[in-house]
Amino acid sequence: MDIQTIEHDVLVIGAGGAGMRGAIEASNGGTSVGLVCKSLLGKAHTVMAEGGVAASLGNVDDRDNWKVHFADTMRGGQYVNNWRMAELHAKEAPDRVRELEKWGAVFDRTKDGKILQRNFGGHRYPRLAHVGDRTGLEIIRTLQDKSVHEREIAVYMECTIIKLFKQDGRVIGALGYYRERGRFVLFKAKAIVMATGGLGKAYEITSNSWEYTGDGYSLAYHAGADLIDMEFVQFHPTGMVWPPSVRGILVTEGVRGEGGILKNKEGKRFMFDDIPENYRGQTAKDAEEGWRYVMGDKNALRPPELLTRDHVARCINREVKAGRGSPHGGVYLDIQWIKERIPNAPKHIMKKLPSMYHQFKELGGIDITTEVMEVGPTTHYTMGGIKVDGDTQMTTVPGLFAAGESAGGLHGANRLGGNSLSDLLVFGKRAGEYASKFAKEQKSADIPEGDILAAQNWALAFMDSPAGDENPYKVQQDLQVMMQKLVGIVRVEAEMVQALEGLKVLNQRALKVQAPGNREYNPGWHTCMDLNNLLTVSEAVTRCGIRRKESRGAQFRDDYPEKSPQYAKMNMVIRKAADGSMELIEQPVKELPAELKAVIEEMK
Amino acid sequence: MGDATRISEDRAATVREFQVWRGNRDGGEFKTYTASITAGMVVLDAMHQIQATQASDLACRWNCKAGKCGSCSAEINGKPRLMCMTRMETLPEGTVTVQPMKAFTPIKDLVTDVSWNYTVNKKIKPFKPKAPEADGTWRMQQYEVDRAQEFRKCIECFLCQDTCHVLRDHRKHDEFAGPRFLVRAASLEMHPLDTENREEYLKHGGGIGLCNITKCCTEVCPEHIHITDNAIIPLKERVADTYYDPVVQLWRWIFKPSGTQPAEPKH
Repeated sequence: MDIQTIEHDVLVIGAGGAGMRGAIEASNGGTSVGLVCKSLLGKAHTVMAEGGVAASLGNVDDRDNWKVHFADTMRGGQYVNNWRMAELHAKEAPDRVRELEKWGAVFDRTKDGKILQRNFGGHRYPRLAHVGDRTGLEIIRTLQDKSVHEREIAVYMECTIIKLFKQDGRVIGALGYYRERGRFVLFKAKAIVMATGGLGKAYEITSNSWEYTGDGYSLAYHAGADLIDMEFVQFHPTGMVWPPSVRGILVTEGVRGEGGILKNKEGKRFMFDDIPENYRGQTAKDAEEGWRYVMGDKNALRPPELLTRDHVARCINREVKAGRGSPHGGVYLDIQWIKERIPNAPKHIMKKLPSMYHQFKELGGIDITTEVMEVGPTTHYTMGGIKVDGDTQMTTVPGLFAAGESAGGLHGANRLGGNSLSDLLVFGKRAGEYASKFAKEQKSADIPEGDILAAQNWALAFMDSPAGDENPYKVQQDLQVMMQKLVGIVRVEAEMVQALEGLKVLNQRALKVQAPGNREYNPGWHTCMDLNNLLTVSEAVTRCGIRRKESRGAQFRDDYPEKSPQYAKMNMVIRKAADGSMELIEQPVKELPAELKAVIEEMK
Repeated sequence: MGDATRISEDRAATVREFQVWRGNRDGGEFKTYTASITAGMVVLDAMHQIQATQASDLACRWNCKAGKCGSCSAEINGKPRLMCMTRMETLPEGTVTVQPMKAFTPIKDLVTDVSWNYTVNKKIKPFKPKAPEADGTWRMQQYEVDRAQEFRKCIECFLCQDTCHVLRDHRKHDEFAGPRFLVRAASLEMHPLDTENREEYLKHGGGIGLCNITKCCTEVCPEHIHITDNAIIPLKERVADTYYDPVVQLWRWIFKPSGTQPAEPKH
């Protein structure tokens, strides 16, 4: 067969933080690694993470330890988390951060020369190791520079995987294409790590890039893997809202961590109006106490702007719907006010939030050291994902592993800011380690030619489809508008059912999309293929959203505004049924062991 | 760049004309397109609009759309810029030309072959930290890490490589690492914990002597890194201490290095 064939022990799909950390570990394990990236190396979404990486180093507040981090993560996730992942994550994050320093990362420092940590939403103590507001860039560059010197890692840039192959139940390889010439490439592998990130591009307003089309979820689902809790899509409370072309671009939570406050058009600091019951004992009683917390007073509680993202996003939504929003449909985020409290405030803001300063100045014409920002919710992160074993990160398909945003479970119903960078380090390493071990026990297998041909033909059909009269960009846009409207930040059953109907129509239209031109670097063709993944994951999000008849974390149901004791015990599992339809199974949340229950009680 | 022009609320959409280079390795030509420009739009938005409505196969790279990933580098009206950070209002009236970076071989339309950069990066010796404290970690003061942090802001857009005449005009890709990788070397050489010596590479493989400090790279850097003053000149000085470099000698004779103080040699 005339196709380039490459063989590795471990194939890592996705080269953000999780993929690169996994590749480094699999290489350390003595297995050969292929690292596939959809874009150029070093451009993955991790680069856009701003605020920091959560790890209980205890450098700023020595009361912090893994138990507090674990309890914070479970509380933020509303207790439907995979507790084993939350435990390992809290225990191992400090080592993963210190390891980055050993590899050359340069974090901001405390006065005594240690790694500095900052406040963030839902974290009891200052916990986020950071580099100004470009922590993701620091992490990705450190991992990139480490991995390019690893002999066992071969990098395949601008290469997209479109199909996984299995034999006797386990994965044996994948088919991809290079964007440059549009040529196909076949990867044979004994283990595969999925590290492809999330699905933000299913929505109209998102902080995510073109790459975020749910590829990993969709590939794994079609290969028979279970997905878990896909209804939990995080809307980050603060994205830019003006001008229109930048709508959705992220404004880091670090702004609030450094003292930024949220106000409505009447100038009212509205976050004090609604404090959820399980956070009342942890939230400042007034503005004065909130400021003392920002300044590092250990006796003060945190300001309500640092409540969890799901809650802050809903409060902003409420203000806008009640007509108290800013001119462009957001609210005001104000950091310049700190000049009333500290000398040299503009200089401090530019030092701590340099890329926010830059972003608003160049894209919004706003100087954040003297003016307020306009912000509103933006689709940011997927808590749900491929279901994995907490220790090994193996999915329900043998040989297929997942890490980072691709994997589900750690964050439960809502992720705390800073927990994604620590997630991808801790579980990227674990996925790489166990994939390497698994690969060593396998023999390579031949991929049947018929399977390869079928996948190629599917891809090529978009190039010269006689029935094709649909523009892929238009279908994608219509999907995004629909998901935003019907399966967005506030959900009701009737609208989500309508979305399922809409998805049927869009699926029909997606059969008719076509890409004029040839196979060389043709984004229209790429969009045709990505669309297939977006439609699959949108259906999963919608079905889970309908089934969970309660409001919990990121899922807010206007028709079921309260938490339900019944659903508190359930994870939603999506599986491809034998007839090819999408099946949803409610699985009981795994019971916490007594010692972890005790930790949660102790931290209440 | 850095223009804080107020964005007008009531401006009606205007139609602007674009000359976009379409082609591949074998050559190409400018083609004319139009885009409807609304308040605050950037050049990348216009390229996406053209893609969605007029040329679905128009190739361009992008990811973050916020100046953080360095993917959408191109030459706008002849100047190396990030398309996502170039607001239409800041460009003069008339047709806007958009073409790929000239220092690299075109792949298709606005996409160029930047793989050479990744090859160069591999030649730079990796970070080699000194022994940690007794507790297994290191202590560094903020003032000690400030310099390395400046260089680590680099988003690898390769605009500095594109504008550097040693690469752009003289095509000395085999002899010269280019500003990006001198910055990368500087980020390691000025890392407070690093113990490796990269002078041999800088002198020979990296060809630092080929830079004659015209500062074009500094001008195009979207991260405002003082590439010439803070990275290249101090590195040249280190190399000159070991090997002799007439350009630096002359430079030192005429000017004192501007901006900040040269870094302390660490050996």
